Amino acid sequence: MMQQRHKMNMQVAVRRLGSAGGVLSVCHGPKIHTVLRRLSAKAQSPRPILSVAPIRALVDEKFKVSVENLPPAAPVTVHSLHQSEDQDCWEAYGHYISDHRGTVSVSEDLSFGGTYSGKEPMGLLWSMRPVPGSRFGLRLRKMDVCAPMLVNITVFSGHEGFREHAPLASVVTERWHVAPGVQRVEVTIEGMRGTLFIPPGLGAFPGVIDIWGGGGGLPEYRAALLASHGYATMALENFALDDLKGKNLDLNYFEMALDKLKNHPQVISDRVGVVGLSLGAIFLLYLTAESPTFKPQCCISICGSNILSNDGTLNGFYNSMFRNINKSRLDENNSLIWQDVGLEMLCDPTSLVDVGKINCPLLLVSGTDDQSWPTPKFADLMAQMMRSAGKEHLVTTLAYPDAGHLIEPPFSPHFRATAFKVGGNNKKVIMLWGGHTKPHADAQEDSWTKILTFLKQHLYSSH
Amino acid sequence: MEGKKRPVKLSVHPSRGLVDEKFTVLVQNVPPGFQLTVHALHQCEDGHSWHAFGHYTADSTGAVNVAEDLSLGGTYSGVEQMGLLWSLRPVPGSKPGLRLRKMNVQTPMEVTVSVFRGHQTEGFEDQGPLVSVVVERWYMAPGVCRIPVTEGGLTATLFLPSASGLFPGILDLWGGGGRLVEYRAALLASRGFASLALDYMTPKISLETGQMVENEYFETAFRVLQQHPQVLSSRMAIVGLSLGSSVAFQLMIYSQVIKLRCAVCISGSHVQPAGGSVKQTLDYLSRNSGNTCFNEKNELICRDLVLPIPTDPKLKADVGQLRCPLLLVVGEDDQNWAVSESAVDMKQMMEQAGNSHLLTVLSYPNAGHLIEPPYSPHTRSSNFRSSVDNSFVVLKTLWGGETVEHSRAQEDAWRKILTFFRENLYGRGSALVSNL
Repeated sequence: MMQQRHKMNMQVAVRRLGSAGGVLSVCHGPKIHTVLRRLSAKAQSPRPILSVAPIRALVDEKFKVSVENLPPAAPVTVHSLHQSEDQDCWEAYGHYISDHRGTVSVSEDLSFGGTYSGKEPMGLLWSMRPVPGSRFGLRLRKMDVCAPMLVNITVFSGHEGFREHAPLASVVTERWHVAPGVQRVEVTIEGMRGTLFIPPGLGAFPGVIDIWGGGGGLPEYRAALLASHGYATMALENFALDDLKGKNLDLNYFEMALDKLKNHPQVISDRVGVVGLSLGAIFLLYLTAESPTFKPQCCISICGSNILSNDGTLNGFYNSMFRNINKSRLDENNSLIWQDVGLEMLCDPTSLVDVGKINCPLLLVSGTDDQSWPTPKFADLMAQMMRSAGKEHLVTTLAYPDAGHLIEPPFSPHFRATAFKVGGNNKKVIMLWGGHTKPHADAQEDSWTKILTFLKQHLYSSH
Repeated sequence: MEGKKRPVKLSVHPSRGLVDEKFTVLVQNVPPGFQLTVHALHQCEDGHSWHAFGHYTADSTGAVNVAEDLSLGGTYSGVEQMGLLWSLRPVPGSKPGLRLRKMNVQTPMEVTVSVFRGHQTEGFEDQGPLVSVVVERWYMAPGVCRIPVTEGGLTATLFLPSASGLFPGILDLWGGGGRLVEYRAALLASRGFASLALDYMTPKISLETGQMVENEYFETAFRVLQQHPQVLSSRMAIVGLSLGSSVAFQLMIYSQVIKLRCAVCISGSHVQPAGGSVKQTLDYLSRNSGNTCFNEKNELICRDLVLPIPTDPKLKADVGQLRCPLLLVVGEDDQNWAVSESAVDMKQMMEQAGNSHLLTVLSYPNAGHLIEPPYSPHTRSSNFRSSVDNSFVVLKTLWGGETVEHSRAQEDAWRKILTFFRENLYGRGSALVSNL
């Protein structure tokens, strides 16, 4: 025990001197090694073994983290660390107690505190947050989906003040958005960008169109993941909210994209569905209901609403949504809440799409703590419209308690408020999305399973 | 493209696994009772194609789970979760005598898993599958560092489990075929052991001088590994296969420099000039070359080279002097070395010396000589560059083993080898060995 403490103290000294992850000899010179190794040579006590299985996984797959060879009934902290593409550091940790054999199993044991508590096999991922001292309002999104997300999992001794101790063991695990063999193809439609992800093999495959929200740009990660589940998926660049204003363009671009995907030689044309989040879902619901040519096999709206554009143009959407912009408010942290802006629209049928016109299965996902838009109420309204049209059998509503607006693929961290571009001139505000971490993580995990089942049912199985 | 029927769904989890991890192959969305073939195809680094396949019938939900369902035939049968890998064989029409080995461990082995309609046995390349996925099998876990080593005249590669941290060290010795074979060391590093793969038959220094290495070469390798700042000097081990085991016996018993916590000797024999060099061992075997023979397929059988087991103590490494735990892995159908007989003799020697409590023998019925990491295809015979009468000749050599049982042996032995290393190198371990 004494020797173990000695050795750990030496390791702490070495660690403080050197850079994390560097080979000791490069940083510290020979003298420290001699001392360290002499201590090591004397140490007879067991050394901890940390394992993560599978060590390489898709981002929606669970892993098992376990530690063996600890002293019995030892307080330890299991810690995760990730450096994002933006160079921010994110971390999570749980406090555990080893059993009589000196084993900790994150899948089976309870965490007694940290960034998550209780029995949480994936807490080391979904409860990640920026390390102390980081900028405010960060969001973790993988933009290069062809390279994996690297997460360092480390076990430290102790609970309070665990960071002061040398790590007992550490491994690196990879989390991938693409399965091996998935192809990534850049496409353009009417000058707008899209990325098509095709599963390995000759095909043909069911297809999915994937559209994100009003932040603009082209996040590819959900499309890459869907392709890893066997769907030829096209992620489409969406307009930033600001860009809608004044644009007399209609949504023809999205109609052409659906056509293009249906006619792709590796896509089964009568097995193509659509999925959208937020503004993306708004467009999809509008098109599926109103467009004579936009006919997906099924439609998934994540935190969407059935907002009508009176003239079918983007500008029309903008006017509908922000007619009551004066109802936006700030919370105690000066984060922007748009929830009430949307509430006004619920009472005004002239600003709403009659989704009763939709003839395909519809999955509506929302979070009851959505602060950016009253999406659960819109979901209820849409379900009501479907019932009135005699299409109750087509609609499924999933309203997750205490989840927020940004319902992402599972095990992604939760973002209650992040920096968001609005108001022109590249001005960013902190937008309140809502949600509380644990229920939001549950919503992400559960909704993803149901989204995959829904797609499989309607694109792989039926007819 | 118009769809006429439901597309088949195929998934393999994990899609990127370590070579010793199991995977689950799941086929869904076929009609209930549908007959299908699950097929694996791999193109190795030499450009040869290897394949394996199993015949299945979908259940009432229209699914096949290779981990749980019966293969009714193919290259494997029964419930065989990993049959698609361990039963891989060269495709029809391939050159005879091939062996599947990954020499570049920095890239994964890629296997295409496909589903074909019906119970097919041939012509896979001529028809399109219903669906395919790509599976990666890795020898190196993320974070493992691969470091070429030339210090001290060595031809070696060091694998560290990660760029920081302290680890036990394992010296990894392959057999008489030479070359720098890295895959087992890479896998050991992925499991937490700093491992040094050492080329001792064809190292640069031998190619330059024309001389075989002496035992000092191995001591240098051991020292380089032990003194590495990330290696725990008191937690050292050796793993050897075939001639590598012979070398390991010499080192663990007669070297003044090498102190081990434990040793693993796979398909090895202690029969050799006691304390001798590799050259002396090979010369001794050469002198007995009259004991070799060929079978009806013209495959070389060398197992009698060390038989009968000598009684002269100068002709056997004195395992009675061992002070550290020794794990022997023995294939009872080994046609290349008389490992079963050697193991029996070693046990007797150790019982007489009073140290037999250090010995564990894992003896596998119908396993052959080449006991490799799990799910590697079984090689019953292959072309081997052999030392015959002091020159090197390529001969089709019989290693032995029956595929199913050899594959079970590989899987079981690896798990037990890892447990043995973990207990001795990560655990409390026994006293440091002294071979004075």
